[in-house]
Order: sequence, then C-alpha cells, then structure tokens
Amino acid sequence: MAVASKPATGPAAFQRRGRFRPGDTVLYVLTLAAALSGVVLLVLIARELLMEASPAIHKFGSGFLTTEAWDKLDPHHPAQKIYGARSFIFGTAVTSFGALLLATPIAIAIALFLTELAPRGVRGAVGVLVDMLAAIPSVVLGLWGILVLGPFIVNTLAPALHGTLGWLPIFSTKPSVGSNVFAAILILTIMIVPIISSVCRELFLGVPQELKDGALALGATRWEVARGVTFPYARAGIAAAVILGLGRAVGEAIAVTQVIGNAVAIHWSLFDAGDTLASRIAGQYIGADTRIKVASLVYLALILLVFSLIANLLAQIIVRRVASRHRAA
Amino acid sequence: MSTPAAPDLFRSERIRRRRAVSRSVELLATAAALLAVAVLVIVVASVAKRGAGALNVDFFTKTPDFAALPGQPTGAANAIVGTGVIVGLAILMALPVGILTAIYLNELAPRRLANVLTLALDVLNGIPAIVIGIFVFVLFVNGHGQAAWKASFALAVLMLPLVARATQEVLALVPNSYREASLALGAAKWRTTFSVVLPQTVGGIVTGATLATARIAGETAPLLFTSSLAGNAVSHDPSQPLSSLPLFIFLSAEQADPKLHEQAWAAALVLIGFVLVASLIARAFTARSRQRLTGER
Repeated sequence: MAVASKPATGPAAFQRRGRFRPGDTVLYVLTLAAALSGVVLLVLIARELLMEASPAIHKFGSGFLTTEAWDKLDPHHPAQKIYGARSFIFGTAVTSFGALLLATPIAIAIALFLTELAPRGVRGAVGVLVDMLAAIPSVVLGLWGILVLGPFIVNTLAPALHGTLGWLPIFSTKPSVGSNVFAAILILTIMIVPIISSVCRELFLGVPQELKDGALALGATRWEVARGVTFPYARAGIAAAVILGLGRAVGEAIAVTQVIGNAVAIHWSLFDAGDTLASRIAGQYIGADTRIKVASLVYLALILLVFSLIANLLAQIIVRRVASRHRAA
Repeated sequence: MSTPAAPDLFRSERIRRRRAVSRSVELLATAAALLAVAVLVIVVASVAKRGAGALNVDFFTKTPDFAALPGQPTGAANAIVGTGVIVGLAILMALPVGILTAIYLNELAPRRLANVLTLALDVLNGIPAIVIGIFVFVLFVNGHGQAAWKASFALAVLMLPLVARATQEVLALVPNSYREASLALGAAKWRTTFSVVLPQTVGGIVTGATLATARIAGETAPLLFTSSLAGNAVSHDPSQPLSSLPLFIFLSAEQADPKLHEQAWAAALVLIGFVLVASLIARAFTARSRQRLTGER
C-alpha cells in the first residue's frame, strides 16, 4: 500500500515533533482558508441567487416553470408584468439534447479513432487539433454562427432538409433568417464534441490492453473489440462524459444567444427562432430595470444553477467511482 | 488421411460481413475525426480571412468610431487594453488562491476532507459562466454599478478551479522521497513545501495558469453584467467598466453594419490567435515538464 510512505499531515504532525513552528501554522491556516474558498463560493452563489430571486419566487412560485409569457402585461393585473421560464426550458431541452444526439456518436468515434486507429504521429496532431476546437472562445463561434453558418443553413442546409425530411415536424418550416434553433444545435455540437471526446479518449486509453488482446486473439474484429470490450469497460465513464457535455450545452449563453433568434416561443420546428435559459439571461443584460424583472432573471439563473449542480455532482461521482475501481483493479 | 476439406475461415460469408462492418466503422471514426479537424480549419480560416482586412496598426492604436467613413481609421485599442486589465486582475486574484488551495489539498489535508473540497472545486468548475456573471452582478454590481474589477472577480471564480486542479496534478507528480528527505533533514513543513516541492512544479503551474488564462480570456458571459457599459476611451482604471475584446465582438456582431462586422472579425482573429497560441505553447510545455517529472522517478 502506498499509504505508509505518505508523511503524517495535519496539525498533529507538527505537535508531535514537540517544537512550535510558526511557519507551519501560517502555511496551514493560509492554505486551509484558500481551500475553503471553493466551498464558500458555492454556498455564496446559491445564497445570493436565492435571495435575489426571492421576489420572483414569492410572486410566481413554481408556476414560473410552466408560464410561457416573459415580460408580458398580466391580464389579471393590468399594471403588472408576468414572467415565466417555460419556453426557455423547452428551448434549453431541445438544443441540449439535439446537440448531445449529434455530438455523442461523433465524439466517441473520434476517441476511438485517436486510441485505436490512428498511427502514432497522426494521433498526437489530431488530438491537439480536436482540443483546440474546445479552446475557441464561444463568442467567436457565435460570430461565425451568425455570419457564416446562418446563411449556409438558410441557403443550403435547410432547403435540403426541408425538401427531403419536411414531413418531420422538426423540419416542417423553412427558415427566413439564419437565427434559429437548428443553428444553436450545430454550434453547441461543435462546442461539446471536444469535451466528450477528450474524456472518452482517456477512458479508452485506460482499458487494459490484455482484455483487448484477448478479444483479438479470439478472432474479434476491431469493431467487435470496441463494442465488446472497450465500450462496456468504459460505459460509466462515457455516461459521465455525456453528462458533462450536457452541462456545458445547457449552460452556454453567449454563442446560443447570438444564433438562436431570442424568441419567446415554443415551436417544434428547429428552423424557427427560440431561446434558452442561459441565452435569455445573456440577452437581457441591458434593460433589467425593474426589481421583479431582475428577480425573474436571477430565477432563471437559479434553475440553471440547480441543474448544473445536479449534473456535475452526478458526473463527478461516476468519475470518482470509476477511478477508484480502476485503482483497486 | 482424408479429412473433409476444412471450411475456409477467411472466405466465409460471415467473416466477410464482420470484417466489412468493422471496416466501415473504422472509416466512420476516421471521418468523424476529419470532420472535427475540418470544422476547426473552417472556423479559423473564415475568421482569418475576414479579420485580416481590418487588422492593421490602427486596430491596435485607435478607438472605435462608429461614425467613421470607409477608409477612416478605427480600431479597438480600448477593448485590447481593457481585456488586458480585466484578465490580468483575474489572474492576480485566482492564481495565489488556486495554488494555496492545491497545496492544502495535496500536502496537508486529511484524505476525506481533500476529497470533499476537490469535489467542490469540480462542481464549481461546472457552473455555467453566465450564472457566475449573475452571481457577481447580484453580489457587487446591482445598485453599485459596473466596474472592471468586478468582471475580473467573475473571471477569477471561473479560473480558480482550473488553476487549483492543474496545480494539484503537478504536485501529485513530485516524488514523496523529496518531501521525506527534506523533513528528515529537519526542515519544517512550510520550508519543505516552498523550497523543495513547489520549485519542482513551477513549470506545471505556469502551463496550467496559461491554459486557464486562455480559457477565461475569451469568456463573454461573466462580463455582460459586470463591465459592459464602457465608454470608447482607452482606460486602465479597474474601478470603471472597461471595454473588452469578447464584448466588442459580441456587440459588433449584433449590429447590421458590415464595417462593424469587419471589426468584429478582426477582434475575433486577435482573440483566437491569443487563445490558440497560448494553449499550444502551454500544451507543449505540459508534455515536457510531465516527462521530466515522471522520468525522474
């Protein structure tokens, strides 16, 4: 066991030596304070958002989640405005799952290519390039989305999809402008493919070579090795990677707000404009003037926070369980 | 001996089908990798192509003039300086806290506590940037006004887990025998940490910090609510809202004016250039310093 070689730590270790070392105390206090900052920030974020959103929470309650109107005059109280998150929750779900649906197979395929197929030289270069894709700032991707991808969708992609698959509700309309849910899905896909694939690459590299060799010796083809050995071995990790990708897609505000059209609407066609939770917050940075509007925006942020906390905790727990299982093995 | 002719395994229909399936999956996987590389090339190429035209000396020295006629000089000096100030301050805030955090987690903390605190860092890392932006807005801006240092704080919150985790990783690579040797010579824990352990990790920490900087330099969401209402003059004053490259791109892209689009492309080229070069350099260094540390074992 490696435990024995680790020097004794904590304040007890200093005292045992019977000598008071002020430097050690300073180090201990200073680093402990820093280490607690992460937890403090988490608590502070949750507390501040809860408090600031409380006017909206009190006023709209959980009905906020199912109300479609945003910044509309209340029919019952003409002087007041009502706010609801329903169309944004819908938009967030559609864009995130759409992006995951496209990104997951692509990302797994890339990881498979990088670990099993590519020659050594190509492996490093392509791996770095895929990682670079993750480094592109979202605002740049959004700019490209508006000015390059948008027109391409309107002029080429959408007519083709609408023409051949127009009977599907998701392709049932033709876009008039490049800002639509479909553009947001494609941009999000570009953003999360490198995230999922880099986690999967690590996972696939961790599959014991002797398992793969065993399968190959039994006459399995490369695909059969992947399907029968690599995927089952990495299954939990892949799930965690997908959850991390989902968290990223749900939380992306800037690139989405640039391309999605910012419409308060629930449409099934991907070629219509929509909006997501994160994108709506980003779009309202100017003009959040009334207390209830600010509170409603923070309420949206709170929904995002709760979702990201759950998703990340889940993913991290899976990752840690996988890691400890590998250590044990 | 007359054995019946063995079925030719390599010609059987079944084998052929299995091989064909495998081959086509391999082709698809290769195609997926090529697709990702192609998207990167297309995005970078279109930014370079459209941005290069507006990228001249004026872009770095002049401030935006939205009424400028074609041919008149206009630039984004205020955004470049503002990004420098905001990101620089964010590094100053996040780096010490991140490194100290990692020291506690790797060198001092009991295993259980370290696990919990590391989990907290990972969860913090997963909180969307826009939520951090709203958090800082609620904490500092709402009722008090925007300021560049508040934007820096928001970026620092994003940066903290990145720096801490990167430092943790390199600290874990320092052989325990170093610590034991130093302690055995009678050096105090703090002396051991700062004179023996940390010097081994400087390279790794610098690359981790560089990668984290590249990550946050392009973030727009935390700046929207904290430093978006800036003037057009070049300023260094962190108590005022400052312009920044990401917001410059974001705001210019929303306008219909093609000249502003050109400026946005140029700003995007500068930003993407900085981010890609910084992460490439950091990556090259990571590979080297890791090799050194693990090789010494």
